[in-house]
Amino acid sequence: MRVLPFVLAVLAWMFFGAFATVQADTAQSVLTTNTALVERASRQTIAPVIAALVESGDEMVPAILEAWADKRLGLRKADGVYLLIRAEGDNYATRSLDGQDLGLAPKSDITELKPNAGVRGLIATALVQFNLSSKDTAKRVAALDSIATDPNADALTPLRASIENEPDTALKDRKQRLERLLTLRFDPDSAARVAAIESFGTDTQLDLRAALNPLLSTKRVAVEGAAPEGANIANTLKIDEDITSNQAYGQLVDASLVPARLTVADQRAALLANLKDGVVGGLPLAKLNTQSARDRAYTALETQGLARVAATENEIAATLAKYQFFDIYDERDPAVTDAARDALRAIDQNVGLMRAADLGLDGLSLASIYFLAAIGLAITFGVMGVINMAHGEFITIGAYTGYVVQQWISDYTISILVALPLAFAITFGLGVAMERLVIRFLYKRPLETLLATFGISIALQQILKNIFGTQARPLTSPAWLDGAWMLNDVVSISYIRVAIFVLALLFLGVFLWIIKRTRLGLEVRAVTQNPTMAASMGINPDRINMLTFGIGSGIAGIAGVAIGLFAKVTSELGSDYIVQSFMTVVVGGVGNIWGALAGATMIGGLQKTIEWLNPSNTLAAQTYMILFIILFIQFRPRGIIALKGRAAGD
Amino acid sequence: MLFAKSKPSLIVVIATLLVFSLVVTVLSEGYGTGVLSTSFIKTLGKTLCLCLAALAMDLVWGYAGILSLGHMAFFALGGYMIGMWLMYARTAEIVTTALAGGGLPATPAEIQDGITSQIFGVVGTSELPFIWGFAHSFPLQMLLVVLVPGLLALCFGWLAFRARVTGVYLSILTQAMTLALALYLFQNDSGLRGNNGLSGLQNLPGLSSTSQDSLSIWFFWASAAALGLAYLLISWVVSGKFGSVIRAIRDDEARVRFLGYSVEGYKLFVFILTAVICALAGALYYPQAGIINPAELAPTASIYLAVWVAIGGRGRLYGAIIGAAFVSLLSSWFTGGRAPSIPLVFGTLNWVDWWQVLLGLSFVLVTLFAPKGIGGLFDSLAGLHSPNRRGAPLGPNDGSLQEKEALK
Repeated sequence: MRVLPFVLAVLAWMFFGAFATVQADTAQSVLTTNTALVERASRQTIAPVIAALVESGDEMVPAILEAWADKRLGLRKADGVYLLIRAEGDNYATRSLDGQDLGLAPKSDITELKPNAGVRGLIATALVQFNLSSKDTAKRVAALDSIATDPNADALTPLRASIENEPDTALKDRKQRLERLLTLRFDPDSAARVAAIESFGTDTQLDLRAALNPLLSTKRVAVEGAAPEGANIANTLKIDEDITSNQAYGQLVDASLVPARLTVADQRAALLANLKDGVVGGLPLAKLNTQSARDRAYTALETQGLARVAATENEIAATLAKYQFFDIYDERDPAVTDAARDALRAIDQNVGLMRAADLGLDGLSLASIYFLAAIGLAITFGVMGVINMAHGEFITIGAYTGYVVQQWISDYTISILVALPLAFAITFGLGVAMERLVIRFLYKRPLETLLATFGISIALQQILKNIFGTQARPLTSPAWLDGAWMLNDVVSISYIRVAIFVLALLFLGVFLWIIKRTRLGLEVRAVTQNPTMAASMGINPDRINMLTFGIGSGIAGIAGVAIGLFAKVTSELGSDYIVQSFMTVVVGGVGNIWGALAGATMIGGLQKTIEWLNPSNTLAAQTYMILFIILFIQFRPRGIIALKGRAAGD
Repeated sequence: MLFAKSKPSLIVVIATLLVFSLVVTVLSEGYGTGVLSTSFIKTLGKTLCLCLAALAMDLVWGYAGILSLGHMAFFALGGYMIGMWLMYARTAEIVTTALAGGGLPATPAEIQDGITSQIFGVVGTSELPFIWGFAHSFPLQMLLVVLVPGLLALCFGWLAFRARVTGVYLSILTQAMTLALALYLFQNDSGLRGNNGLSGLQNLPGLSSTSQDSLSIWFFWASAAALGLAYLLISWVVSGKFGSVIRAIRDDEARVRFLGYSVEGYKLFVFILTAVICALAGALYYPQAGIINPAELAPTASIYLAVWVAIGGRGRLYGAIIGAAFVSLLSSWFTGGRAPSIPLVFGTLNWVDWWQVLLGLSFVLVTLFAPKGIGGLFDSLAGLHSPNRRGAPLGPNDGSLQEKEALK
């Protein structure tokens, strides 16, 4: 007899299922036919009705299902007709299931359907399936988006069902990807999950990592005796290696297995509370100035029952020895966790390679900034041997020129194009003036050039501060330089940095052309190598020195405009770069433009690498980089690219 | 004391220091009439320390020809080392007093925790960094004042001189060293409180009842005594054969090397000696300043030191003292806002804004027109003149015979 209800239920299901597919063509009729099931809907019985609704082909079905889940579906008591309802005071505003407005009806005439949570879940799943197969592409995309943001097991079946008839190829690919992502998390079959994990290979996209990570989530448990049966153990933790004894004891306290440890403050409070006539726990107050004395006093209080029982260090050690600590995967299937771990490891390797590529780009862009800042110095210091401490201020003046031009010309593209030559002209003029008035008298006293140009540097810096104030001035880049070039989730570089890289290459080209291919370059090289001999050949060394210094300073001005686009333009802008610029020239090798390039590449790459090894700390990275450079100079005192023979001088 | 005869300036400088100290004491608030305020006494004391650092700079640059742009780093390191003891011991006093009020006598661990949270609460560290291991003891920390900068100078100098890094390259390298040290100290996890630095150094542990009026005079005396002793020591160092060798290294390093002297050894000795003198000067300076932070190590501070020596006149010890005292006192007068503004046609010349410009330009002028600095004036007073070698040089090298000389 126990079989009978079951048989009846199966018969009923077959009957209604068959009935629904064959005869029902509107939602109203489906609901009316199954009204007994709908009114007392439960998770066990309602599935065929929902399936029948979905298959009815009525366009209103999604709306009806949504209304049902929201308790906006009502049953008119008079004739058993289903209506869409909306509460308005004591009445319901009603609409028929095909959308016609039926006006107000008193609440007493209508029974509101109140589906429980289980039924609502079924309705939601049916809705997803409905949307996934909707004719409207936007709806299908929205349904996929909602599954992607909130993946759940219920979405798996409708998603699979919708793949085959998907007309849009791109959407089909997306559905298939999402199906695999859901499979690897929610499929009941372990082999299917492992296959889904392995199907991704070394894909590095974020959604895959987001799907894999929860599979490997662990929780920490403390067990007395052997490991728990059937648990998927990630790690057996050893005290003092994997966790400290403090953490382990804290774990036990959190699990309410042992009493909390006595803190110094608690002990102190307990001792003070039991202080009587200058004595506590049999010890005089004055003796309580060591931890061991306090422990003894507290133990005495414990035995008298005056303080709560708390574990001492020895007792804690004994307790910990009784317990074992495990990290246990929330996922119970070891095959899945193994596959997920392997997949994540492979992905991490791949991401690591990408990061290295990104780091390379970062290093390259930093190198081009250092190169820009140092190239002028490579000319004045490297070629002429003049140390110009005011070089940084020329960079600042370039940046301020850009700022001032932007005050006059509002179009950022044009203003940058005007600012570049203008900055060159201004700093060229300043450089020539400085060479004529100061530096030419000091060619034989290089150390004093350093001091004199330092004087000029602090004077210029203060003058700039007096003119422009201490706050940072904006130098805005044109809109086409905003944003970044994204190669994938990991590798990206901002367009400004690309532009600076291009500018650096341009400078390198122009400089090489001037030095190797023009009359001026020939004369510069001649004067650098032997001024007296060059003078006897009819070259005017004074003029050449003046021009060389002017060009070096002018390039600093252009570099200032470029640097000002991404750095804060203050009067200290240039001095932030001056030591790095000198380092670049010294490391690269004096007297050679390729040296400056090599130096900038090395310093930029090195700084980014050190930052990567110690990511929290750029200051430490700079410190270690400078230390490395000091050591590097030991092994190549003349820099990476050293001049040989007579050109090397002394 | 035979060398004193070759250094007539020694007696003058020491006598001047004695008289100056006496006058300042008589005019001070702590022990005299109170004409000079305590803060001015502190300024004078600090200036004496700067003079001491400049003296060391003169030895290393003016005599040995090494333009180090890192000596203010040694100065600040000395300050940090003494500051660690001052701050630790002072905090220990405060913490012990505070804990004693809590009912139970404090345990060593509680005192330690209290000190750590007092000193390192601002940078969020809960453990005392190991470099503070000696901070409880004054003698040990004084030893570090000498050892830490001395060892740093030894390592850096040994590496640099061994690689034959000279001239402007060495200057740039020392500047880089200073910058590296400053950047390192700017970090919060350097163990020296990051950019907060060490503060409250003007309060001496165990002397909380002594007023700053008296303390300032004590430090003034100590600074004056240190300056006098260092002058004596450096005069002695530069007066004998050793002095001749380091001057020769300055003038022609290669020739000295070919004569068989260990150039690197001499340079290294001078470098370390001056670093230690600078560190001691810093250890005297910062208790008077009251606070030290990594900004004190900025590379420009060391260039200023060189500039003081240049303005005072390098290669003569009294020049360094005059230069440092003159420029730093003038600087504090101008930047302190006490200098009267000058009304001009187009506006007012406000010295706080324009002093730096004047200073910078005067560096240029001194370098160009008075390479001997203020010390050169004393030469003129004494009737000393370098031979005026008119005419163009006949050969391509520096110091070759010149036209007029060849005619003789």
